[in-house]
Parts: sequence; structure tokens; C-alpha cells
Amino acid sequence: MSNTHADTVLYVRDTMLPQSEPPASTIGPAGWAKQNLFSGWLNTLLTVVSAAFVVFLLYRLLPWFISPTWGSDSLSSCRALFEEIGRDHEGACWGVIRDRWQQLLFGFYPAELYWRPILSLILLMVALAPVLFVGKVPAKMLIFSVIYPFMLPWLLWGGTVWMPIAVIAGFGVGYLVFKLVAKVGPGGLAAIVATLATVLWWLFLTAPVAYGLASVLPLALEPVASRQFGGFMLSVTIGVVAIACSLPIGIVLALGRRSDLPLVKWLCVGFIEFIRGVPLITLLFVASVLLNIFLPPGTNFDIILRVMIMTTLFASAYMAEVIRGGLAALPKGQYEGADSLGLDYWQAQRLIIMPQALKISIPGIVSTFIGVFKDTTLVSIIGLLDPLGLANAIRADTDWNGIYWELFLFIGAVFFIFCFSMSRYSMYLERKLQTGHR
Amino acid sequence: MTDTAFDTAPAVDPTAMKVSDEVAIEISNMNKWYGTFHVLRDINLTVNRGERIVVAGPSGSGKSTMIRCINRLEEHQAGKIVVDGTELTSDLKNIDKVRSEVGMCFQHFNLFPHLTILENCTLAPIWVRKTPKKEAIETAMYFLEKVKIPDQANKYPGQLSGGQQQRVAIARSLCMKPRIMLFDEPTSALDPEMIKEVLDTMIELAQEGMTMICVTHEMGFARQVANRVIFMDQGQIVEQNEPEEFFNNPRSERTKLFLSQILGH
Ligand SMILES: Nc1ncnc2c1ncn2[C@@H]1O[C@H](COP(=O)(O)OP(=O)(O)OP(=O)(O)O)[C@@H](O)[C@H]1O
Ligand SMILES: [Mg+2]
Repeated sequence: MSNTHADTVLYVRDTMLPQSEPPASTIGPAGWAKQNLFSGWLNTLLTVVSAAFVVFLLYRLLPWFISPTWGSDSLSSCRALFEEIGRDHEGACWGVIRDRWQQLLFGFYPAELYWRPILSLILLMVALAPVLFVGKVPAKMLIFSVIYPFMLPWLLWGGTVWMPIAVIAGFGVGYLVFKLVAKVGPGGLAAIVATLATVLWWLFLTAPVAYGLASVLPLALEPVASRQFGGFMLSVTIGVVAIACSLPIGIVLALGRRSDLPLVKWLCVGFIEFIRGVPLITLLFVASVLLNIFLPPGTNFDIILRVMIMTTLFASAYMAEVIRGGLAALPKGQYEGADSLGLDYWQAQRLIIMPQALKISIPGIVSTFIGVFKDTTLVSIIGLLDPLGLANAIRADTDWNGIYWELFLFIGAVFFIFCFSMSRYSMYLERKLQTGHR
Repeated sequence: MTDTAFDTAPAVDPTAMKVSDEVAIEISNMNKWYGTFHVLRDINLTVNRGERIVVAGPSGSGKSTMIRCINRLEEHQAGKIVVDGTELTSDLKNIDKVRSEVGMCFQHFNLFPHLTILENCTLAPIWVRKTPKKEAIETAMYFLEKVKIPDQANKYPGQLSGGQQQRVAIARSLCMKPRIMLFDEPTSALDPEMIKEVLDTMIELAQEGMTMICVTHEMGFARQVANRVIFMDQGQIVEQNEPEEFFNNPRSERTKLFLSQILGH
């Protein structure tokens, strides 16, 4: 083969080119706009049309929105104000928010006790911090996260401090029973007996023990009745409980559904499919009306508690399916890797399978959370005063008869803040868990 | 097929590696079905401590299934498997005991992607053997050094090459101080230049007297390390022999056919 070709392509660069700026049309705001808004006639058209639409909306809405009615104390005084300043169109009557914001937040909770829900909310943040920001917050704070669920009802409903302590003691009782039975019998039996003992303790001994101790050492907060609960406090309480409980229950249901034991499997499938096949409203009606028929007369089974249970069950069924999706996405090799090292079922689930399955399911899990939180507004249908229920109640007042948008906007804005933070958090978590993997 | 990948490997004299009389694994009249499909038919195999066995055979012949029965990743339906004196039955305690004594490496490594290399290696010692964390880390670093990747300890599996991942998988198994190692085609998902590094690691293990059963198509490895080659077809052990005899003087027609295909003669 001749090398004439190689001769003709011989080339040596003798001056090196300096680094130069990219063309001005591709950088800076102008470059961005050109690339993203005006790249081609279709995009340009869409940009112009959308911009026109936004301008139109603002043009119609802003005048209504900007309205000097913060001080008014009734709808009629708003109207009088408009007349006075000669506005030819109606505006928003923001006075209702100033007048009733406390009610929208706390319902009919006694005003002098507002510190209790506020403290609960602050402590909620403290309890969530070590869970949400693993590694950034000292892990020791998890102890508080474990205690918080028992503190919350006490802070909100009040009563003797011995009640939550007696409830916590139930776990101690369960643990002791487990240790005792495990010494003589198999672990499975011990677990069943211990669970039974704990439940029995809660059902029959917690109240007498708590009241007994209370009579010796009366440490108590002023009790607040459930019917005084309302507003966002109610939504957040139900939402947080349902969210916090649905994740572990969902995990158990998802594992159960994939179990090899037919009884466990069919129980879980039955539960999940039943709950998913029934609207939440139906479950809430069951909670508010039907349960009373089945419960022995005279039992005082708190309505909010009943609603919490129903919402939790509802959320758990959906959660189970979301997590099952994550489990199904894991390659079989992960199970085999864990098995081949001698990890037992629960170790494998906890250390290998769940961390990965949950990571895959984060978007679905958070969607379920957001859905559950928004669904708490349905409790207004059974007469609980969540923000929407309160909006009706406020309208029933002659002062504010006929006011809609201002309340809905306010409620919507608060819900948006909660839901948007959840969705941002999920994005943060996904990014954080992404590092280093594939 | 891949003799070449092995040309530069250190020469190993199989007879130098001791085989004791003590029985490590005993499989007798073992049968297994997938539904109605009879995958393993009447398998009989005794492995002594220190033996290095290579299992070969065409695809679908049941090699994987057989070695996976040894640590009960698959369940056999008839016959008996005794590993290190423990019979494999449905008793979970026995299964976990056997699994913690028997290490296994897979074709696709099966490392845990959410844990670092070091965490992958310390997980089982800490949770199964209840080794103190510090000691587990020391052991892990020792074995990572042995497979020549101590500097990757804090990376995640996804950041390593295939060969490195497989060596981590070997180190992860070794951290449990197993008495028996099973390999299921440990090099068949790797590029040729990575095959050698994994095989070197395995040779080193063999020289230290580890009992090994290895499903592989690396015939060079089989020649140099194995003291017995087992040929399987259609769920049965068709032929077993010493490597030299097996390769130079195969008895059954199936083996001859298989060898001619795999060695490209
Ligand atoms: N879970 C299963 N269910 C049904 N059949 C299976 C299952 N796993 C494997 N088989 C079948 O059992 C037979 C043996 O499979 P096995 O994986 O043991 O083969 P192999 O010898 O390891 O093959 P290869 O060299 O391709 O890995 C194959 O025919 C396969 O199709
Ligand atoms: Mg195989």
C-alpha cells in the first residue's frame, strides 16, 4: 500500500487558537429567550398567545385582588367602602380573613389555648427534622420523634399527662411479655402473645392506671373537646396522622401481598382491594354513623379518632400499592444477594429491599401523601369543621353572608404551601439519594 | 473460547493444592422440578474440603440451578443435600446457617447499589455474624486489599467497572469467612480484559485451599485450577473427570460435541 494519501493529509498546527466567547445570541437572557421561547414560528406563536393570556388574566384579576378592604368587618361595610371611594366594580373583601383567620386556623379551639396547637406544630417540625434530613440533624433527636406521637394528642386534647405515659407503658408491657414468653416458647408465639398483651393493656388497663396516677399526682392540661377542633389545625392533625401511619402500614401490606403464606397474602389483597374499591366519603360516613351502631352504647369513641383511623386505612391501601410497585421494580438479584449472605427475611427487607424500593417509590409516595392531605377536606361532609366546613359556617353569619372567593383563595393558598413544600421535599430527597448510584 | 484471556495467568499446579478427606458437600439422588419440568435429575455429587470443581455444560442444562440448590436459593424436591454437616430442609435456621457458611458470586454481581463498597462488605458480618462494626471494617478492608481495590471502599457499586464490581462481590462473600464458595458464571458478564483480574482473584482463593464450585466457560481456568470438571446436560451429570483427561480424552459424545463447540475446534 502506498503512503501518498498519508502525505497529502499531513498537517501541523503552528499557532494555537485562544479560547473565544460563544456567539452573543446563545448566551445571557436574550440567548435563553431565543432558545426557549422563540425557537421557530410555532414556539413564537405559542409564547405570544400565552403571554397575552397571562396579561389578560392579570388585567381582569388584579383590580379585584387589590382592594383596600382589610379593615372592614362585614360584607356590607365592604360594599359601602366601594361606594365611598367610587369604585365602579366590586373588589375582594379581605376583611373576612382579618376577622376570621384565627377560626380558619384553629376552629373553635379556646383562644387562650392557641399556644398548644402552635407548640404542637413547632414540635412537629422538630420531630420531623431528623426523619426528613437524615445526616444533617443529630440522630439522637430521633428519640424525640418517637415520643412526639404520644405527646401530640395530649397537647391538643389536654387531660392528664399520665395518659400518654400509660399508653407508652403498653409497649414496655409488650416487650416484657415478649421476653418472658420467648424464653419458654418460639419467637412467633412470643410476638403474638406480646401483641395481645399490649392491646389488652391499652383496652382495659391504660385508663385505670392513668387515672389512678392522676389522683396521686395531678399533672394535667385543660381538656379541649373534639367538637371545638377545626380549621387547618384539624386538617393538619388528621393529615399528619394519616400520613405518618399509612407509610408503615402500607409497607406491611405491600410485603404481605407478596408473601408466600396464602392466608397473609389473601388478607392483604382483600383489605387493599376493598379499601381501594370504596370512596373515602363512604368510609367517613361509616366512621361517623355506622360505627355507633356497632359499638356498645355509651362508649365514647372520639369522632376525630374514628376519622383518623378511616383516613389512615384509606391512605395505607394506596400506599401499599405504590410500594408494591417499587418492590416489583427491584431486580431478583437483590433478594438473592441478600439471601446468599445469610440475612434473614426481615433483615433483607429492612437493609436491602426497602431502602431501594422506597427510593424508587418516592414520587408515588409523596403523591399519595398530598392526596391524603387534600382529602382531609372531605371531613366537612360529616360535619367536622375543617377549613371548608368553616367557610360554610362563616357564611352562615349575617355579616359575611355571600362571601366565597376570599375564603377559598385563602384556604387554597394555605393548602398550596403545604402541598408544594411536600413536593419540593420529595424532589430534594430524590436528588440526595441519587448521588453515587448509577 | 477464552483460553487466551488466561495465557498470562500464573501457572498453578493443581496437585499442590491439598484436598482433604473431609466431606464438605454431599448431594445424593437430588431431583428438582420447575412445575412439571424436570430440571435436575438424580444428581449425586460429593465434594471434599479443599476441592475445586468446575461445572460446565450447555445453556439450560441446569448448572445454575444445581449450585443454587446448595445454598437453597432454589429448593429441591427430592433427595438430600448436606452442606458442612447440615442438611438442607425447610428449616429456616439451617438454611440461614448454611448460607452464612457458603459464599456465592453471581453473574451480575448483585451488589447493593444503595450502599458503598465498604458497607456492602460489612453488612452481613455486622447483622448476621454480629461482628463489632470496627472489626467488620478491618476485615472488609483486609479482603478489599486482597482483591486489590481498597481505594474504592467509599464509592458506590455503580461507580466501579464490571471487573471491580465482581471482585467486590468476591470480597463481600469472603468477609463472612465462608468455608465454601460458589461461583455462577462470574466472568460471563465481563469484558475480556476484566475477566483476567477476576480469575486471578479466584486462583488466589483456590491456592489458599478454599472449597470452590464454579460454573464457568473459562476452560483455561478449569485446566489450571480445577481438580475435577463436571459436565452437565439436560439436568444430569453426564461426565466428570480430572481436567486433563476431561479435555484431552472426553468419553461421552455429548461432551465431545460440547468441547468442540466451546473450544472452537
Ligand atoms: N424459575 C424458573 N422457572 C421455570 N424454569 C426455569 C426457572 N429457572 C430456570 N428454568 C429452566 O431450567 C433450566 C435450567 O436452567 P439453569 O439456569 O440452571 O441453566 P444453566 O445451565 O445455568 O444455563 P446458562 O448457562 O444459560 O446459565 C432451563 O431450561 C431454564 O429454562
Ligand atoms: Mg446459569
